[in-house]
Formats: sequence, C-alpha cells, structure tokens
Amino acid sequence: MSSVSITKEDIKTIMKSEQTIVTAVAAPKPVAAPRPSALALKSRAFFQWLLPPLFGLLLLGAIWTLIAHQSPNLPGPMPTWHSAVELFKDPFYRNSLNDQGIGWNIVASLERVALGFGLAALVGIPMGFIIGRFQFMSRMAAPIIGLLRPVSPLAWLPIGLLVFKAANPAAIWVIFISAIWPMIINTAVGVSKVPQDYMNVAKVLNLSEWKIVTKILFPFVLPYMMTGVRLSIGVAWLVIVAAEMLTGGVGIGFWVWDEWNNLNVEHIIIAIFVVGIVGLLLELALTSLAKRFSYE
Amino acid sequence: MEKIAQEKYVQLENVNMTFYTKKGTFEALKNINFSIREGEFISIIGHSGCGKSTVLNLIAGLLHPTEGNLFCAGREISGPGPERAVVFQNHSLLPWLTCSENVYLAVERVFGADEGKANLQQRTKAAIDLVGLAHAADKRPNEISGGMKQRVGIARALAMEPKVLLLDEPFGALDALTRAHLQDELMGIMAKSGCTAVMVTHDVDEAVLLSDRIVMMTNGPAATIGDILDVDLARPRKRLELAEDRHYNHLRSEVLKFLYERHARKAA
Ligand SMILES: Nc1ncnc2c1ncn2[C@@H]1O[C@H](COP(=O)(O)OP(=O)(O)OP(=O)(O)O)[C@@H](O)[C@H]1O
Ligand SMILES: [Mg+2]
Repeated sequence: MSSVSITKEDIKTIMKSEQTIVTAVAAPKPVAAPRPSALALKSRAFFQWLLPPLFGLLLLGAIWTLIAHQSPNLPGPMPTWHSAVELFKDPFYRNSLNDQGIGWNIVASLERVALGFGLAALVGIPMGFIIGRFQFMSRMAAPIIGLLRPVSPLAWLPIGLLVFKAANPAAIWVIFISAIWPMIINTAVGVSKVPQDYMNVAKVLNLSEWKIVTKILFPFVLPYMMTGVRLSIGVAWLVIVAAEMLTGGVGIGFWVWDEWNNLNVEHIIIAIFVVGIVGLLLELALTSLAKRFSYE
Repeated sequence: MEKIAQEKYVQLENVNMTFYTKKGTFEALKNINFSIREGEFISIIGHSGCGKSTVLNLIAGLLHPTEGNLFCAGREISGPGPERAVVFQNHSLLPWLTCSENVYLAVERVFGADEGKANLQQRTKAAIDLVGLAHAADKRPNEISGGMKQRVGIARALAMEPKVLLLDEPFGALDALTRAHLQDELMGIMAKSGCTAVMVTHDVDEAVLLSDRIVMMTNGPAATIGDILDVDLARPRKRLELAEDRHYNHLRSEVLKFLYERHARKAA
C-alpha cells in the first residue's frame, strides 16, 4: 500500500521507546509498585470471584453446626456428609416399590415434572400467543387467570385425585396447573410488547397470520417466553416435593416423608440439598438455553 | 378514461383525519385535496408534527380517514397493499433476519404464489444488488450502518415492484454525506423503475432536488395543504450543477419562505 514499510522491529522499538517514556515519568514517584503479571491478575480475579460464595457456604455450615450443637436431634454437617456418602454409594438399587435408591426417586420426580411442565408448555405458550394477539381473548382470559392463578398449587390436588382417581396423574396435574401461569402470562406480555413498527411492516407486506407468528411474533417473544419457562420450571420443582409428600409412591418428596417416618433426619437434610441442587441445575440449564435462543 | 387514471393516479378527496385518544379528540388533518400523476415524485414538507406521516399512512392504508376518500389507480384504498410499498422512517427491519431474508419476506409475499423459489431468490438478490449491498446480504441489521439499513429498507420496498413507493423521511437519521449519496441513488433508481413516489421530508434541498412537485403543509392542528410548488427542473439532475442554478435557488427559497415566513412555527 504505502512505500514506507514498517517492520515488526520498528514497531518493537517504537513500543520500547514508549515504555521507557512511561517509566521515565513514573520514576520520580517514591515507590513505583511493580506491575503485576497477567497471570497474577487473572488468579486474583478468580479468587475475588470464588471467595464470597465460598464464605457464604462456610457461614451456612457454621450456623448449621452451631444449631446442631444446641439441639441433639439435629445432625451436624459431618454426620450428614458421612450418611450422604453412604447413600450415594448405591443410588440405583431397587428392593421393593417403596424401597428404592435415591437416584430412582429423583428420576421419578423429574419425570413427573417433565410431563406436567411439558404439557403446561404445550398448552400455555400457544395460549399466551392467542391472548397477547387478540384483545378479545385477553379480556376474556383476564378474569380466569386472575381468579385461578393465586390458588395454592396443592389446593388442586384433591381435584386431580377426584378426576384421575390415581396419585401419579394427580401429581402431574398439580405441576401442570401451577406451571402454566408464568408461561401464559410472560408469552402474552411479550406478544403485546411487539413494536408497532414491526406490525406495520406485517400490514404493509400483507403477511399471513402464520408468517406474522413465525417471522415476527415468535422471534420477538422468545426471550419473554423463556423467562416464563424458567419461572415455570422453578415452580414445578417447588411443587413436586410437596405434592409427592401427599400422594406417596416413588419420588424425592415421598422419600423425604418416608425418612421422616423413619426419623432419619440426616436423610431429610440430604434430600433438602438434593432438591436445591437439582433445582439450581434446572435453572442453569434453562438460562443457558435462553441465551442460545436470543437473537442479539 | 385512461387519461384521467394517469392524471389522478393517487387521489385524496376532502380527507379529514381526527384522532380519538383518551385525552380527547385531536383534529390532525382537515380538507386535504390533491392528486398525483403516474410516475410523479411528490415531496411532502412541513414542520414537525403537522401531519406528514399521517398523510403518508393514509395513502399506505395503515390509517383510515375520518372523512373523505383516497384512491389509488382508480380504486378506493381500503387497507395496506403490496402495490403501495413503504420505506419506514426507522427502517423497521426485523433484527432476527439477515438483510436478504428481510427482503425475501416481502418478495415471497408478493410473488410467492406464482413463482418458484429460485425466482424469488433471484429477485431478492437483484434488489440487494440494486442498492449496492451484495457484500452485506447475509448480515443482520445490527451489524450494518444506518445508511445500509435504510438501503435495505428501500430494497425491500422496491423488490415488491410497487406502483407507488411511499417514503417517510427515509434519510432523516443519516449524516449529510450518506444522505446525499442515497438521494442520488434513489434518483437513479426512480428514473429506471418509473414508479410513482411520495416522500415525507424535513429537508428543503432534498425536496427540491428529488421532486416533481412539493406539497407544503400548514401547521397543525387541522393542518392542510398550504401550497403546491412545481419543480420544473430538467432531469437527470446533478446536485453540483444545481447548486449554482438560479431557478433551483429560486425554488428553494420559495419553500423556505413558505416554511419560515408564511407558516413559521410558533415558538414551543
Ligand atoms: N395515533 C395517533 N393518536 C393520536 N394522535 C396522533 C396519532 N398519530 C399522530 N397523532 C398526532 O397527529 C399530529 C400529526 O402527526 P404526524 O406523525 O403525522 O406528524 P409529522 O408531520 O409526521 O411529524 P414529524 O415530522 O415529527 O414526523 C401530531 O400532533 C400527532 O401528535
Ligand atoms: Mg413523521
């Protein structure tokens, strides 16, 4: 391009001379701290990122130990840990219907959540689109949603038992009814927030309703929808434990109840951690899924 | 009959537009009467908020007049239609589609019923090439500059092969250099396609340079057409030559006088 060629060497000397200038300016300062290396900076950032949560967990452990000391019935962290190691040595054993490994119990709960939540998504998301798209539908749905949404999920259990005459579908029904609202509402809100500009484009191009949904509404609403899905899965996982306590069978909630009847408090504490960790993982998985789908 | 259709290709008859809002009614336009010849380039100029976009949206069919009638090619305008393409003020590209997908969406809608996929893609490519964006065809709108976005908007409108092209301040958000460049391009494209155009603008030079006639609007509320100026400058027009042209400068000052003497905007 230009006749003057600058070699790498030149650049290096230029850079060096700049560096010397910098040090020359810095030199008069009494104590010039040496510049930390990139590695040192990185490891420092890592520890700054890691330490606060670590302290949080330690604090939790400390409080737990303290309370365990005061009340003789509550096992402390160490006995619980040993019990957990024992428990997870063989999570997938099957002795009888009511005596299965913790792994099977978690799987059974996840299956119910997947079914109830999946059905809720299948019904809730299209309903959200319809409600968001048509004023009439939105007005029509408002009293129904307003009335039913605040109802505690477990209040639906008797209805489920009555209609399905079996515990398992009833538990799935409870998941369904409690997970559906966030998906309907968030999807509908997303649809109603589609900028008028995009809808004008749709009008000028005379797009069919199908094209409007697939090319404009769906891509725009996706982030809203994913928020709804994330909230829903959280609710579903919250509710399943309570529902299973009541319905029995296999499942983490039932397992907690069973261990309570056996007065195995260590196992109950372990179950609390398991429920928490699985919930966290579900949340994380959906958050990363949502990120993948956003167009920005 | 044929003659009338050409003389009054787009026609606005006693158009009144009143908006009904929560705060009450607002009479935006009153008694708008004018017609546009086939192939003519019309600019609508006026102070901000006088109702220029409203006029354009009425022709586009996005709004319906409270009173009066609008016609295009002898038929009443009852809603938006592909024969009246719109270039929006803020380009309004769909951010999740690439430039060519944005154009394809329009092409597919207009020609999809009669033509195969290869043909549609050919049309899309031609439109993108026409505005000189072949290199950015597969980019998303947020990856290209404002000028390029506006060009995609123009390509999308032109790809529909509209009878009337409606432009709402198409270059309003661009810097002066890009604007001048796109104005020249638009003049070339319009000369080639020969379609009728209505453009809303704030820019006096733009209006005089591009138009056959300039519709000058009075201030709202109840804005109407204050005057219509014939721009009888020969085409093709060259921006640099016109800068020295006495008649051009006369027309320009006519518009300026209208805007700043006869219908000066009251201090807000
Ligand atoms: N949907 C609406 N509801 C109520 N009032 C409206 C509506 N659309 C426009 N108006 C009013 O009508 C008047 C004309 O609006 P319009 O957008 O046509 O102005 P404009 O000339 O295009 O302005 P600008 O140059 O700033 O774009 C404004 O006072 C505006 O507030
Ligand atoms: Mg406007």
